[in-house]
Amino acid sequence: MVVAASNPETIRIERENDIVTARHIGRNMSKELGFGAIMQSRIATSISELARNIFLYAGSGTITIAIVEREGKKGLQITAIDEGPGIPDIRKALEDGYTTSGALGAGLPGVQRMMDCFDIESAPGKGTRVDVIKWFEQ
Amino acid sequence: MTRRLEEEYVQILRDYLNSQEEDELYGAQKLGKWLLLKDISPEELVDLHSRALESVEEVPEFVRASFRMLTEVMIEYGNAHRSLQSWRNKHAQLQSEVEIASAMQQSLLPQTIPTYPGVEIGVVSIAANGMSGDYYDFMHFSGHRFSLTIGDITGKGIPAAMCMSMLKYAVDSLGEIQLGPNQMLRHLNRVVERNIDPSMFVTMLFGCYDTNHHCFRYAVAGHEPGFLYRAREGKFYDLEGRGIALGISADSTYVEHEVALQTGDVLILLTDGVTESKKGRSYLVREDLVGFLQNEVDKPAQLMADEIYRRLMMLAQFEQRDDYTMIVLRRT
Repeated sequence: MVVAASNPETIRIERENDIVTARHIGRNMSKELGFGAIMQSRIATSISELARNIFLYAGSGTITIAIVEREGKKGLQITAIDEGPGIPDIRKALEDGYTTSGALGAGLPGVQRMMDCFDIESAPGKGTRVDVIKWFEQ
Repeated sequence: MTRRLEEEYVQILRDYLNSQEEDELYGAQKLGKWLLLKDISPEELVDLHSRALESVEEVPEFVRASFRMLTEVMIEYGNAHRSLQSWRNKHAQLQSEVEIASAMQQSLLPQTIPTYPGVEIGVVSIAANGMSGDYYDFMHFSGHRFSLTIGDITGKGIPAAMCMSMLKYAVDSLGEIQLGPNQMLRHLNRVVERNIDPSMFVTMLFGCYDTNHHCFRYAVAGHEPGFLYRAREGKFYDLEGRGIALGISADSTYVEHEVALQTGDVLILLTDGVTESKKGRSYLVREDLVGFLQNEVDKPAQLMADEIYRRLMMLAQFEQRDDYTMIVLRRT
């Protein structure tokens, strides 16, 4: 079972600048947890992608970042929640694009590969919730 | 990343900074290949380089900061690198599925060329890439007769191959009741019209050969006209017959034709992969093909079919653009 090991930080995503705030908080928390430079960057990039999806497709939502623990192992959990239009075809959204998109956000396959746990719930008209965890390996 | 790799990288970097010689750069290039083999991502390499630099010399803060930025940029390249990996796996899986499907499809075509009294048959049927949209078959009928089918499904590759297997089952089961050529095509047309995508259609020639009287009764559905070689005159004639391709209209009907073969006469049936093959930069014309047929017409049927394929491939510089099928039947 995954339990919270610290007070989670929640950032409201409404403007592009909020993405920067979320990245910054995420990077600091991952540094705190002991992640090296690359993993800090990968975590910041994952937060970016999730926050950009909120900003571009839903207009607004939240990113919550928490240090969590499971069976003595610590990790960083990022939860992105919005009440936007939702993803009509999740399988498609998780497929690698033919082009390296990037420009329009999405980027979910990239996030999925950089993180250890990846959980997505979405329904048209009901918004989207993405939950990812990166475990810290000693 | 292993400690040894880091040490090795530090060593190469140190040597190069000291000597700035080409052989150190050659070493670096070889290392690059090895890193790729070990699946080291671009951002990991940038990080490795910045750490190696630290262990070689005192690094000013602005350089250190610039590496943090470079690492950040490289994450996207890393994502592209990782997604290439998953594309590769998917590609390999698809490739092996196509190979299996193509082997399955091959088993739908005759495994051996049948022998009938008084005739000699040769066949060459080769797919442009793996799976074929060409179809041919022989079936033994009662009363000294056998049927001969040659068909071409529009398009090529997997969709054409799927359609071809349906066609094979339809021909097989309709063959059971030994319909005449025009009835056969009429029924097949209905099957094709009902079961395949409206954008696809099938051209076909279906005929029955009577080995007692050596006459060939056939009907054509929009198929590339074949040839009839009259040995006594030494001339090639187009096989008559047009008809609407299968799958275009639900109630197409077909006209039967009949030709009688004298000793030495040859029937040549083909798909448009034969007639539309290339001759250097331009396309082959039917007259060119007749010239080639003329050159080979005295050879045994199989040899003749093989030789023509070889000749056409050479002309096309071994680029086969479409599925290719040719059947040669000679009255001996």
